[in-house]
Amino acid sequence: MCPDAPLVLGIETSCDETGVGIVRGEALLADEIASSVDEHARFGGVVPEVASRAHLEAMVPTIERACRTAGVALRDLDAVAVTSGPGLAGALMVGVASAKALALSLGVPLYGVNHLASHVAVDIVEHGPLPEPTLALLVSGGHSSLLLVPDVTHDVRSLGSTIDDAAGEAFDKVARVLGMPFPGGPHIDRAARSGEVVLDFPRGLTTGRDMQRYRFDFSFSGLKTAVSRWVAAREASGEPVPVADVAASFQEAVVDVLTRKAVLACREHGVGHLQIGGGVAANSRLRAMAAERCEAAGIELRVPRPGLCTDNGAMVAALGAQMVLRGRTASELSLPADSSLPVTVVQS
Amino acid sequence: MLILGIDTATSAIAVGLSDGERTASDRRIDPKGHAEHLAPLVGDLLAGEGVSPGDLTAIVVGTGPGPFTGLRVGMVTGLTMGHALGVPVHGICSLDVLAHQALCDECESGRPGHRLRTHGDVLVATDARRKEVYWAHYRVGGAPDGRQALLPLTQPAVDRPADLPADLRELPTAGRGPVLYPDLFPHPGGLLDVDGGVLARLGALGLRDGREMPVEPLYLRRPDALTTAERGAGR
Ligand SMILES: [Zn+2]
Repeated sequence: MCPDAPLVLGIETSCDETGVGIVRGEALLADEIASSVDEHARFGGVVPEVASRAHLEAMVPTIERACRTAGVALRDLDAVAVTSGPGLAGALMVGVASAKALALSLGVPLYGVNHLASHVAVDIVEHGPLPEPTLALLVSGGHSSLLLVPDVTHDVRSLGSTIDDAAGEAFDKVARVLGMPFPGGPHIDRAARSGEVVLDFPRGLTTGRDMQRYRFDFSFSGLKTAVSRWVAAREASGEPVPVADVAASFQEAVVDVLTRKAVLACREHGVGHLQIGGGVAANSRLRAMAAERCEAAGIELRVPRPGLCTDNGAMVAALGAQMVLRGRTASELSLPADSSLPVTVVQS
Repeated sequence: MLILGIDTATSAIAVGLSDGERTASDRRIDPKGHAEHLAPLVGDLLAGEGVSPGDLTAIVVGTGPGPFTGLRVGMVTGLTMGHALGVPVHGICSLDVLAHQALCDECESGRPGHRLRTHGDVLVATDARRKEVYWAHYRVGGAPDGRQALLPLTQPAVDRPADLPADLRELPTAGRGPVLYPDLFPHPGGLLDVDGGVLARLGALGLRDGREMPVEPLYLRRPDALTTAERGAGR
């Protein structure tokens, strides 16, 4: 570890996790998370106001924990980075205000960064310098995007994204149909392991004209509806629902589309690296199929460990450190939180 | 002693400084711009007074009640600054601050010192959105220690203005309630928003008196959502 490398603290509060990470250059020192997911489970989904209240309570204790884990004091920081968007407006504002308070109190520069670019940058602390350009598939409850990334600190291009539900949202909704608790992803993954892919569910936007118009876009709403209808018809007929087979077949449909389009995008843009991030990247079938298809296509696959794929503060710190290392100008202390920050705007 | 006050419970993003005697304050009216403008406002106030963040000895935040998103920006800013600077953070109900502004001549005029009027009642009614107000009723009276004190006669609450007791609505009323509902609050006090300097001074007085000033947000409303159990029960 290089002692001169910038020490950067990153704050992430775009959804229901209060994340604080600390990075020195490209080395991860701390990644602390306070999650309000248990509170949201009672509501069957993320409630923005519940998330925001939890962020206010958890903010300072999580900063404190991160410093303790990293063995650093706040006064040692060289910069502070924060997710300024996209995300839940009220939740973002707690993190942005806290990051500004740190920057102001400590007299260090502040970097307001894009949540999606951070998901790409986090792999630097896991697998070393990012090969650029890289192609990134980001899949979670909030996003499903294919990105071309020539420079993670200032040039991120969107090739496609979901036109309806995010991939993780489809997992949550189908899990509910199958009587599984929120969040549904891990439950579907577990159930699918004992099931077989015997049901042929639709693959949205993968054929004919759709592949012209929506080449790298995704659609999971039709798939979700098809699964609900199939389960409802089965229940109406009085027969038991083969939960494991439904889960496996649904998961296969999602993962098939995601990996097929990601590999196609790599080929067409001449990119030899694919990175997967976001909460759905924890899905075991997605990891397996991506590995298989990337290998067949001669593409190097990079997937951070599951804890770094879900929302966290380390990813924000990792991108912040790259901003410092590459000499980017700091953000203004008046930077706003922008709930609909476009993916192409890396810094605000 | 140098205390920074931050309040974002009313329409003003309000900041102030108090050394126990002298106060300075600044504010910006932007009900949606808390996250954007608060930190620069604090920075400018400190710079304008020739002090640095490291000179602060305590921070006091307005704990509301107020619209949630804005309220949290002020509170998390105060809490984080306190942690980063290693100084204690205290909380004061934002309606208490408006009541002081209304019932202390010095506070109202911005003069140094703090002297409550010998008697008087005030209703504080601020904008709670959704056609409701946050409100509380205060009176100047003798505290148990014999000094004049501002006594809250009700707990802070949120209600439709027409549902407040009629005799209370007749009192001089501080806050934006009378601007929003002039028919229901016929005696506007002319004070609209919290003043950060008064908040900072109240923090100094509270510390002098050894008062407990917990930093608990006063939401007064639960989040707008039904649990799955409640949805099931309602069906
Ligand atoms: Zn995310």
